[in-house]
This record gives sequence, C-alpha cells and structure tokens, in this order.
Amino acid sequence: MIRLTARTGRLFLELCSFVGELIIFCFRILTNLLVPPFFLRAFFSSIIQIGWLSLPVVGITSFFTGGALALQIYAGGARFNAEEVVPSIVAIGMVRELGPVLGGLMVAARVASSIAAEIGTMKVTEQVDALITLSTEPIKYLVVPRVIAAVLAVPVLVGVGDSIGVLGGYVIGTTRLDFNNAIYLINSINYLEFWDVLSGLIKGAVFGCIISVMGCFFGMRCEKGARGVGQATKSAVVSASVLILAANYFLTEAFFSS
Amino acid sequence: MIEVSDLHKSFDQNNVLKGVNLKISDGKSMVIIGASGQGKSVILKCLLGLIKPDKGLVLLNGIDPNSKEKNIALAKIGMLFQGGALFDSLPVWQNVAFRYLNGKRKISTSEARKIAIDKLNRVGLKDSFADSFPSELSGGMQKRVALARAIATEPEIIFFDEPTTGLDPIMAQVINKLIRELVVEMGVTAVTITHDMQSVRSIADEVALLHAGTIQWTGPLKNIDKSKNKYLNQFISGSGKGPIETLR
Repeated sequence: MIRLTARTGRLFLELCSFVGELIIFCFRILTNLLVPPFFLRAFFSSIIQIGWLSLPVVGITSFFTGGALALQIYAGGARFNAEEVVPSIVAIGMVRELGPVLGGLMVAARVASSIAAEIGTMKVTEQVDALITLSTEPIKYLVVPRVIAAVLAVPVLVGVGDSIGVLGGYVIGTTRLDFNNAIYLINSINYLEFWDVLSGLIKGAVFGCIISVMGCFFGMRCEKGARGVGQATKSAVVSASVLILAANYFLTEAFFSS
Repeated sequence: MIEVSDLHKSFDQNNVLKGVNLKISDGKSMVIIGASGQGKSVILKCLLGLIKPDKGLVLLNGIDPNSKEKNIALAKIGMLFQGGALFDSLPVWQNVAFRYLNGKRKISTSEARKIAIDKLNRVGLKDSFADSFPSELSGGMQKRVALARAIATEPEIIFFDEPTTGLDPIMAQVINKLIRELVVEMGVTAVTITHDMQSVRSIADEVALLHAGTIQWTGPLKNIDKSKNKYLNQFISGSGKGPIETLR
C-alpha cells in the first residue's frame, strides 16, 4: 500500500514537473517571439518543410476522407430518404471537423516527428551547445521560426485540405451516387457559412502551434543517444495527436455550443 | 585571463567537482588532463556557461559566463567540440561563418563567405570544400572545419574538447600541430581537455591534472616528467598501479 502511494506520488510529481517545464518552455518561446534577431532563412525553410512538403499527404488524406464521407452519408441518409443532404454535410463536416482534425493529425505525424528527431539529434551531438557558444539562443534559432511557420502554414494546409475533401465528395457523389454536377456544387456552397470555414482555419492555427511546440519541446529535452531521439520522436507525435483531439473538442465547444 | 575559484558541481548524489581552482594567464595554453569520468568536460561546460556550478566562480576576462553578461563573454570565445558539432543542415562555409551570418556581427553574405574560405584555407582545406555538407567530409576534415569555425571571429579564448578523439595518430598529430600554430599565431588563451599525452606534449604551455573532483597537480609542461606527484606519474605512465583506481 505504501509502495503504491509512493509510486502514485512520484508519478504526480513527475507530471507536475513535466507541466512546469512545458509552461516555462512556452514562456521562453513567447519572450523570444518579438525580440530580434529574427532568423528569416530558418523561417522560410520551415514554411517549406511544414507547409509545402505536407501538401501531398494532407491532400490525399482529405480526398479519400471526403469520398468516404459522401458514401457514408448517402448510405445513412437513404434510411430517411434524405440522400440530398450529402453535399452540404460533406462540405460542413470537412470544413468544420475532418479537414482540420485529419490535416492536423497528418501534419503531426509528419512534422512533429521530424522536428523532434532533428532537434533531438542536434541536442545529442552538441549542436545545440554549439549554438550557445556562437552567441545564438537555441529557442530563437530553432524553435521560434518553426512555431511561427507552423501557425501560419497549417491553416493554409487545412484550407487546401478542406477544398480537396469537398472535391473528393463531389467526385464520388457525381460518379458513384448519381448526383447532378451543378446541384451538388450549389448545395455544397449554399449551406456553407463563412464561420464554418473560419472556425476550421482557426483550429488549424491552434493545431499548428501544438504540433510545433510539442516537436520542439521533446526535441530540446532529448536525452543522450539514439534511444533518447527515438523516445523524443514518439512522445512528440503521441502528445501532439492527443492534444489536437482534446483542443478540437474544446474549440468546437467554444465555437458552436451556443 | 581565466579564473576558476572553488568550483563545485554535483549531479544527483555524484559530486563531480569538489573545489576546483585554476588560473590561466593571457596567451597561455592550458591542458587539463585526467581519467575518463573525472569531470573534465564538466569544467569546460561551466567555463562556457552551459552548466551552472553549484558553488564557486568562473571568470573569463573578468566576466562570469553564468551571469547576465554571458553573451559578452561568449562573443570573445571559440570552441572546438569533441564531435565537431557542425550544423549538418548548413554547408561548410556557412558553418564557419555562422557568427557573421547571424546575430550582432552580421555582415554581407559575400564577405562572410570570403572570411569562411580564408579560415578554411588556414586549417588546410581547399576552397572546393566550402559548399560541401559536413556529412560529406571525413572525421579529420570535420575537425578542421570545426577548428575554422572556432577561430573564425578571431576570439581571445579558445576551448578544445578532446580535439584528437576518434582520429588516426597521423591526423591527430596534424590537428595538434595546427592547434599549437593557431594558438601561438593568434596569441589566444587556450584551454584543452584531453587524456591523450601526445596532444598534451604538442599543445600545452601548462598542464593541470584533475582527479577526484580537484586539481591534483598543475605546472609547466617541462615539469611533468620531473614531478613526484603520484597521480601525474601514474597518468603519464599509463600504469594500472597507483592512486588512480582502475576497473578491470
């Protein structure tokens, strides 16, 4: 019993220490965000890595998700003679939920892992220490450009993903479910509101922040050796994915509960 | 001038440094020797402000690298890491000219490249390596690039962490000679940590032996073979018998 209590207590203390470290890390990012020097080359390189190179993954995922959604809603709607809702539900579902969440998760898998592995390797090979001896703050050089790039790039990815997802629904709707091309498009657009799109993009920005912060955080606290880099990579992806799903709930609650 | 006074550092229950005192005069090359795990790298990290000591004071030309003036102290130092620590996402010349491409010393790209190539030539590398990436170079070449980066801004103090580890004896001697040449030519204060006696004899003006968390012996290079210090004698001879415990 005492051992169990001690273990629980130790776990709780470790959790508190972890959360404390994360809060301090976020605070250090904020304090370095607006103070020069700014590393523009690192920022543009991150935009390419996070935004441009993630486009194929997000695009393919969104296309198939939109198509599958159209099939599911058609099958479900047929039970109530409501097949005509397919275009509007696909559009709203993609733009509000599936586009941001699936896009965020795909980017988390691709980008959080790569950031954690890259920074973790730099940490264990003393490249982070080398930055300090070269009078360069590692948070400013390695973390800030990635966080800003992710916050800006992920909403764009979500926007592109939303469009491709709706396109996926349109392709399946018109080729497999016998919808008229024009009617499908009109129904998709008519039932979609500006706030639906904007809320998805805001979610994208929040998810981008989560992904980059988690990748950088676990990379920077990476312990020595290949095992440490592997552990950091795994922790970054798992925590970013869980936090994205949790944040999605709270954002949805905040945006749409009323 | 580098001054280390009563330096203490522990990691959990392990007291690594237990009151290290050292003084290194301007323009002198000090080599700190000692068996593995005795805290040589910890001293170096405390000198660089990478690790905060538990107790004691470190001054680099009168500035504490663990204080708010850290960047003033770091602006005047160069560091050669054991593994080179070159940024593998940047080409060689950008590694060498890193300080000239980023931060307060920023200059134009063409000027920075010119300085980088000049420093690469100084350490014996041709211009053609400037656009290579560190992963395309051999271990010896990487050490040279790291050395070029360490001297790029003409620092007042240079630290060398195990400069010859992982190199073959011939390349190790080339690097030792290069370090000695640069130290003499630039008139810098140098601190090297190593357990390679060949490096000690090539680089040092003065030697300090670290064991059990304190400096057991310090003196000019010429005195190391005449010393009656048991720790130093055992270290130089590489004998298994003596006050330095060995694991078998």
